Amino acid sequence: MSALTSACGLAATDYTLTIAGENAFILYLATQQISPAAAQQIALATTQLSPMVGQQLIELLPSYASLLIVFDPLQHSHLSIKPLLVQALAKPVNLLSQSPAKRVELPVWYSEQSGPDLLAVATAKGLTPAEVINLHSSTSYQVYAIGFAPGFAYLGELPEALAMPRLSSPRASVPAGSVAIADRQTAVYPAASPGGWHLLGRCPIAMFTPWQSPAMPVAVGDQVQFIPISEREFTLLGGTL
Amino acid sequence: MSSLRIISPGVLSLLQDAGRFGQGQLGLTQGGPLDQHSFRWANTLVGNPINTTLIEHSVGGLIVQAQGACTVAVTGATLPLSHNGHAVPCWQALHLAPGDELALGNVSQGLRVYLAVQGGIQVAPQFGSTATVMREGIGGLRHPAADDPQHRLGGHKLHANDCLPLTSTNVTRVSLAGAAQNSMPQNTMPQNTVPQITPVAPLPPAVTQQTLPGSSILRLRIIEGYQAALFSAIERARFYLNPYRVSPKCDRMGYKLTGSAIRCSTQQLLSEGISAGAVQIPPDGQPIVLLNDRQTLGGYPKMGNVLSLDCWALAQATPGTEVQFMPISVEDAHNALQLDAARFTREAQRLGLTSALTQLQGRHHD
Repeated sequence: MSALTSACGLAATDYTLTIAGENAFILYLATQQISPAAAQQIALATTQLSPMVGQQLIELLPSYASLLIVFDPLQHSHLSIKPLLVQALAKPVNLLSQSPAKRVELPVWYSEQSGPDLLAVATAKGLTPAEVINLHSSTSYQVYAIGFAPGFAYLGELPEALAMPRLSSPRASVPAGSVAIADRQTAVYPAASPGGWHLLGRCPIAMFTPWQSPAMPVAVGDQVQFIPISEREFTLLGGTL
Repeated sequence: MSSLRIISPGVLSLLQDAGRFGQGQLGLTQGGPLDQHSFRWANTLVGNPINTTLIEHSVGGLIVQAQGACTVAVTGATLPLSHNGHAVPCWQALHLAPGDELALGNVSQGLRVYLAVQGGIQVAPQFGSTATVMREGIGGLRHPAADDPQHRLGGHKLHANDCLPLTSTNVTRVSLAGAAQNSMPQNTMPQNTVPQITPVAPLPPAVTQQTLPGSSILRLRIIEGYQAALFSAIERARFYLNPYRVSPKCDRMGYKLTGSAIRCSTQQLLSEGISAGAVQIPPDGQPIVLLNDRQTLGGYPKMGNVLSLDCWALAQATPGTEVQFMPISVEDAHNALQLDAARFTREAQRLGLTSALTQLQGRHHD
């Protein structure tokens, strides 16, 4: 799948619309793979359908290579809504009117203290902890999806050299702000929760603040770069262990 | 300002409105009433727009005290209801005087009960809704001005001595039918013209029993979708021909069922958006019907979605209840929804209770 560079909308061959209950379709891209190109197409589909939210649609829920499209089943049926979706998806896009993806820098204090799995990851991958930190923080990640918990952003792709399967036995509680990796993905835990990812460090920036607007520093499609900081800087930025 | 004081929250009491929509991109789930049929009737019986905040109570034991005159209605599961110690009926508007106590006993049929108050419980919405989602720490009774961020967080179940603010009770004697003709804007009750509700004729059993378990197996109509094509004909036959039982793992997130294990040709999917009623088949092959507080994304294969009307009944089912899946077409699903909405409107209009259908249709856009 090539990256979209032109101002074309989605062609009917790019996706399928599958039924997802009495009030929803799920749009699947023809290729079900995690890739920047897939993320770009999903972002495009979300942009194309956004004007319909609050009118014919109730909710759009993008993920890696799919977009859940929810409507009010008392006002619309699958039969009546489908042509509207196909039409909206095919519309030419004015790329200038699209809100550009943000580039967000997130500070991370990488250490054995703040990232209890840093050493284990380094050992498993035949690297030094400094090499792990360098690999993790020198990559720019795309926000592929937000879910699992409020503010939990799935970021990819993690360099192959750091890819690790999830812990065989998840931790009962991962502290808020933990910067973690699993497979080809990385994330910051927005709140303390159970979790099976490997912890490399801590980010002092809140990922989900319900009483602020916006509630999250990132949105699907944004680019995230982790910036290594010291323990002192972590504390100055409001972080606590 | 008048209020309703919680004397005892019982097993579980949560503030809920119709639910939180359009916030999935932050990872926020839907929340809202598990049994929407009983929820909308509770609000309708006291003359509220159907998206009004009320108490969803589970299992029994809730006791409230009116701090001012108010009108309430209790719907949902069957339970003994008493007003200052005297038995009173459910599914009817009741007037409480200042100091009066309303006590809910333990459910004998069903699980969820809805206590609506005329004018609604006045709490500030969070992300467009007052629905309480405990797992997310969102919605319900909060203290937004508190200095300590912990107190600003929501998601709390109700506790003894919580005071739920109500609209002012400067009751003017207007008939309910009159109030309906005034074409009130949705979801706002005029502050100084709270209509005096006269209790209406009892609702027929078809209404009060709609979502409660009967003597026969609970039928779960399912609209095939998502990964249905990844299940072989044999697995699908197994899924539809065998009954399942509600397991003890049942809550506002979902109902895990036990029975014949279903195999899927694929176990590894990219995480994708989960719509209401989705039937997820995890590696152990035991189906999970995902309800209001489901996680927004998930990667297990899904057979399709249970019709909302049947999800409401499932949420009233206790562990051990026998259920049977039955496939229906999307057309049949839409017919069933339209029929249910029409029945609700007809019954509400017969009782002179407000213009319910327009509210039903607009409920997601509030």
